[in-house]
Amino acid sequence: MIETPGFRWFRRIGLTFLFILVALPLYVVVVTSVKPLADVRGLFTWVPSTVTIEPYLEIWRTVPLAHYFKNSLIVTTLATVFSVIIAIMAAYAVARLNFRGQRSFSLVVLSTQMFPGILFLLPLFLIFTQIQRTVGLQLNGSYTGLVITYLTFTLPFAIWMLAGYFASIPRELEEAAMIDGTSRAGAFIRVVIPVAKPGIIAVAVYSFITAWGEVLFASVLTNNDTRTLAIGLQAYANQTDVYWNQLMAASVVVSLPVLIGFMLVQRHLVAGLSAGSVK
Amino acid sequence: MKIPVKALSTFAVLGLGMSSLAACGSASGEATSGDTLTYWASNQGTTVEDDRKVLEESLARFTEETGIEVELEVIPWTDLYNRILTAVSSGEGPDVLNIGNTWATTLQETGAFLPFEGEALEAVGGQDRFIQSSWSTGGAEGETPTSIPLYGLSYSLYYNTEMFAAAGIEAPPETWDEFVDTAKKLTIDTDGDGQIDQWGVSLAGSSISNNAHQAFVRGLQAGGSLFDENGEPTFASDEQVAGVKQWIDLMATDKVVSPSNAEFTGGSQMVEDFAAGNAAMFFDQAPAKTLNARGFENFAAAPVPLTNPDATGDEATMSHVAGINLSIFNETDNEEGALKLAAHLTSDEEQVYLNKAFTALPVLTAAYEDEAFQSEEIKLKQEILENNAKPMPLISQEGQMETLVGTAMKNLFAQAATGTVTEDDIRKALEDANSQMAAAQ
Amino acid sequence: MSQLVEKPPAAGSEPGTPQGPAPAARRKRKSPFAYILIAPAVIMELLIHIVPMILGVWIAFLGLTQLNIRNWLRAPFVGFDNFVAGLDPNGPIGGEFLASFGRTLVFTVIVLAIVWVLGIMAAVLLHSSFRGNGFLRTFFLIPYALPSYVATIAWAFMFSQRDGAINKILVDDLGLLDERPFWLLGGNAFWVTVIVTAWQMWPFAFLMLLAALQNIPKDVYEAAAIDGASLWKQFMLITLPMIRPANGVLLLVMSLWIFNQFNVPFVLFGAAPPESARLVSPLIYQHSFSNWNFGLGGAMSVLLLILLFIASVVYVRMVLPKGKDID
Repeated sequence: MIETPGFRWFRRIGLTFLFILVALPLYVVVVTSVKPLADVRGLFTWVPSTVTIEPYLEIWRTVPLAHYFKNSLIVTTLATVFSVIIAIMAAYAVARLNFRGQRSFSLVVLSTQMFPGILFLLPLFLIFTQIQRTVGLQLNGSYTGLVITYLTFTLPFAIWMLAGYFASIPRELEEAAMIDGTSRAGAFIRVVIPVAKPGIIAVAVYSFITAWGEVLFASVLTNNDTRTLAIGLQAYANQTDVYWNQLMAASVVVSLPVLIGFMLVQRHLVAGLSAGSVK
Repeated sequence: MKIPVKALSTFAVLGLGMSSLAACGSASGEATSGDTLTYWASNQGTTVEDDRKVLEESLARFTEETGIEVELEVIPWTDLYNRILTAVSSGEGPDVLNIGNTWATTLQETGAFLPFEGEALEAVGGQDRFIQSSWSTGGAEGETPTSIPLYGLSYSLYYNTEMFAAAGIEAPPETWDEFVDTAKKLTIDTDGDGQIDQWGVSLAGSSISNNAHQAFVRGLQAGGSLFDENGEPTFASDEQVAGVKQWIDLMATDKVVSPSNAEFTGGSQMVEDFAAGNAAMFFDQAPAKTLNARGFENFAAAPVPLTNPDATGDEATMSHVAGINLSIFNETDNEEGALKLAAHLTSDEEQVYLNKAFTALPVLTAAYEDEAFQSEEIKLKQEILENNAKPMPLISQEGQMETLVGTAMKNLFAQAATGTVTEDDIRKALEDANSQMAAAQ
Repeated sequence: MSQLVEKPPAAGSEPGTPQGPAPAARRKRKSPFAYILIAPAVIMELLIHIVPMILGVWIAFLGLTQLNIRNWLRAPFVGFDNFVAGLDPNGPIGGEFLASFGRTLVFTVIVLAIVWVLGIMAAVLLHSSFRGNGFLRTFFLIPYALPSYVATIAWAFMFSQRDGAINKILVDDLGLLDERPFWLLGGNAFWVTVIVTAWQMWPFAFLMLLAALQNIPKDVYEAAAIDGASLWKQFMLITLPMIRPANGVLLLVMSLWIFNQFNVPFVLFGAAPPESARLVSPLIYQHSFSNWNFGLGGAMSVLLLILLFIASVVYVRMVLPKGKDID
């Protein structure tokens, strides 16, 4: 694209606007997290009167945040890993193979995107309870229940993304490998997956983010032992007080893993999405 | 490929489970057996962790006495109601748990909690030990209660003694008219910049429950009630409208409340306002701990002003019977142990210990003999709880009533903050809430 | 109605019977390998989405309340009572539901428009190369990566009338307004919900659109530039048509997410939002989980689902090119 001076100006103004839009709340969160509590009460100030790291030390005592952190890491990581594996398998079938019910499968999977979460929150809980009673497999209040719930939430989008991605990979690549004597499964794992890495990363990021911040289902499906970070954050605001500085400090801590992960894979993300979404 | 296999078996079993559902209507829950009990405690103190420390000390004494271990979970308010729902619907819950006392009737209707009668009642020492107003929140009228009081609270008026002295006011107001006059005197511009910076009253205009409590109390004082004797909602009766109007008018016409209070969603913001010297008076249940934590000491408590100073009975109501109750889950494997724990937590000594730690009011008359409860403030609040408090309507849709009435008032405060509110506006808002309530019943 | 109830099990059960003789094999040979590959996905979808949804639909026909939640299997069957209550425009419950449904539609259109405009703007601007491009690409994704609760609570803090940063900017710093407006009360509450939702969602649109832009060959633009087409014309005549397929799916997925938005209004306003911000998901939550009228809440969700389903089908038929659903 040939850039005109007008375009450059438009770019400067547009990006400045977007930058401020994104930066403003982030600045408020960070600056509030280093203010003493007395400073947080009363009118917001751009610059703290005193900078303190006290909130970052107190957050671990006010709420068992470290414990919730561990829970979130376990649940989110497992959900992401399994979601990606299951999505890869299904997406490959959709993109490469022919089977009866293919169209229905695709349609049904995609249409689950429109289910309002509250419609099946209680039913899901009741079903988990029945499974528990019948086979003794603990689902409510356990990691397993939360993991399978989250991984399923992200499946439709993940399958759709990856199916598009696989479809964009030339069949000849696999066929060449199969002529060399590799099985279909072998060709899939050795040839297709490495090529599809950006798409897989994109899907993994999406799954991770979705599971990391989920609140509604976690509030019903977790207990003291398995409570996740997103739920734990709410404990900084209780009846007697709102510890705004601690809440903001905890928010920073909770967001950091996602943000760091994001930055590490950012480059692959756009590449992955661009091949997957458009085809 | 671990999950798919596991999931496969799960799914196979799901089919089985669904077909055999009818057979296992209410299987026994996970309620722990033998020498361990699970206890869900509500969050009373400043943080969940603080509560855990307070409670663990009491539970250690219980274990020492009985040999029964207690697995404690302190549940934040935002979660408690949902967690109770999951426990009730799945039959998997704790043995003993805390509930907001206004939920008692709703939860009683689920049939999930043990009724306190016969031996169960004896185990906790009988009804007469308890403050009767607190006891009356245990369930619907005429039914065996399924919860017993644990912590008590009541509203009183708090005022800034320095501001009172500065304005030459000697005694706290006794009637509502005096209260409004006093508030007007205290609403001033202290630094002469043309902006009012000290308001007569602080309130939480966006707090659903605070609004509902005031609708209840002010309505009763005006001779109204939220429900008639047949249980039909009467939110928009003339008396009820008059009562709610008193409260809204503090901001709308008396102008003794800062418009910014319309946005306060909880009592903590109101207390903060008071502690910061922005307001001279407010109504609350237990702010002393928060005020002390801020090093604020120039305050005193007084009875809630009455519309009619000579009133008796309902019209002399100053507060709803606030507090937390305790219930025992029907599905417990260890009813005896659960009752022992209930008895322990409502024993004279533990009532003193717990209510002191949580700055709540003991629910036993005897516990007030302890020196911890001799302050004027506590004596006053005890007096209000025993003699001038009525339970919120003991109906199963109590929560819905609070939401409807409280939201209507929240919207009226929003209107008052930026414009005017007429009596017709109030009546209309309450009529709308009333028809929602009637439709829900 | 029947369409919805029957569709998922019929579709879901097909992969479960792969061994039967395949009638009228279409196109290419079928591979049993495919069924092994999709089996985990099918099982998960059945367990977490399909079966609970069927149960949810069933609950919509029950008088499920606190009276029988303990033995929910024995809750009385009440036929269409819940649906009638939910849809009666003259009743207080139905009236509120329909009003909030309409409000949610308006909300969805507005948020979608904002999100898309911000998304395409950022995508086009960052598609060109300049210094700082990489940093901004990552930076702009932060709102999407932030847990929703964090973002929403931060905005709520900023929108406080007396002490918040927004009024500080508008009144104290810039002097644009004399009075501090209430953002979280009255009519403004709607716009706050719009802003907070859009803020969290636009990076997703940006990401997807940026990805779509990468696939437009550069020489198309060069040819157009030689022909003297302005940048705006290039955008209208090349960019938009080229990203149309990606755009179509993006708009559908995003509008479904926005329509079902729960976190933002719930964290901002809890159980009692101002009327202007009473969206349909929190309303259903209130009926189900605050009032424990699960039948009514279920009926409302089912109505919602039917309408979303119809809207999606119409949209897919009209906007998306044929045969472009997933494969």
